[in-house]
Amino acid sequence: MRLFTKELPCQELVELVTAYLDGSLSRRDRRRFEAHISGCENCTTYVEQMRETIEATGRLTEDDLEPAAREELLAAFRGWSEGRSAD
Amino acid sequence: MTEDHELVQRLREGDESAFIELIDRYGAMMLRVAQMYVRDRATAEEVVSETWEAVLKGIDRFEERSSLKTWLFRILTNRAKTRGQRDGRMVPFSALSGADLDSEEPAVDADRFLGPDSPNPGAWATPPVAWPEERLLEKETLDVIEMAIDRLPEAQRQVILLRDVDGWTPMEVSDVLGITDGNQRVLLHRARSKVRAALERYLDPELGEAS
Repeated sequence: MRLFTKELPCQELVELVTAYLDGSLSRRDRRRFEAHISGCENCTTYVEQMRETIEATGRLTEDDLEPAAREELLAAFRGWSEGRSAD
Repeated sequence: MTEDHELVQRLREGDESAFIELIDRYGAMMLRVAQMYVRDRATAEEVVSETWEAVLKGIDRFEERSSLKTWLFRILTNRAKTRGQRDGRMVPFSALSGADLDSEEPAVDADRFLGPDSPNPGAWATPPVAWPEERLLEKETLDVIEMAIDRLPEAQRQVILLRDVDGWTPMEVSDVLGITDGNQRVLLHRARSKVRAALERYLDPELGEAS
């Protein structure tokens, strides 16, 4: 029996992973979270998969600007910088 | 990545390569954020070029008390909001995310856990199986992630793109989207959980068939 820390079931732990990784859990919840994963291989695997998901997602890149839009911006920049040096 | 301060200096000197670095870094993101506020892509493109115009005009007065990115996106969202309101097409992000946040959405299907009648309710019934590391690096795996993100509800999609693809901080995201820190985290959590589930179905086909 645990009198002071209410046990955290696996099903609740999976809802706290993002808050845990962001460091935004209360100290009490963080302790419960860490106590749980230190003794639960399944949840350790789950948290690891979330980390791997985040890391792999980070390898995606934004689309490039379309060349025409990029050229237009550059033209605007040149206009601006010429106007400046003429001052 | 070149530091903000250096980029600002070079912009002031009219250095075109500094401008190119900035538009390549933020251009696509800006277009996407602008599209959340206005009617169509053409309008979003206009808002983006107006923003750059304002940035160049204001660069001498920019005091660098916030990051260049924060300043840039603040100008962008202010303009996009004004434009959206004027065109009567203002769907604030908070409304979009509100509908999303109203519904319950478990990170993992309830049937993966033991039920309330079991001796250990809420424990894994069908636990996750560790993924082979080398497959995570494959191009096909990234395609699976991209498709999963495309299928997300709009608010979740925007948040995961900013946080996990573009690497923004929680504060930058809640600032630009006009939502609370808690709400951006809920949206991110839902988005990440779905991407994880899509990866699991792809990397562990047996599980995909069972559920």
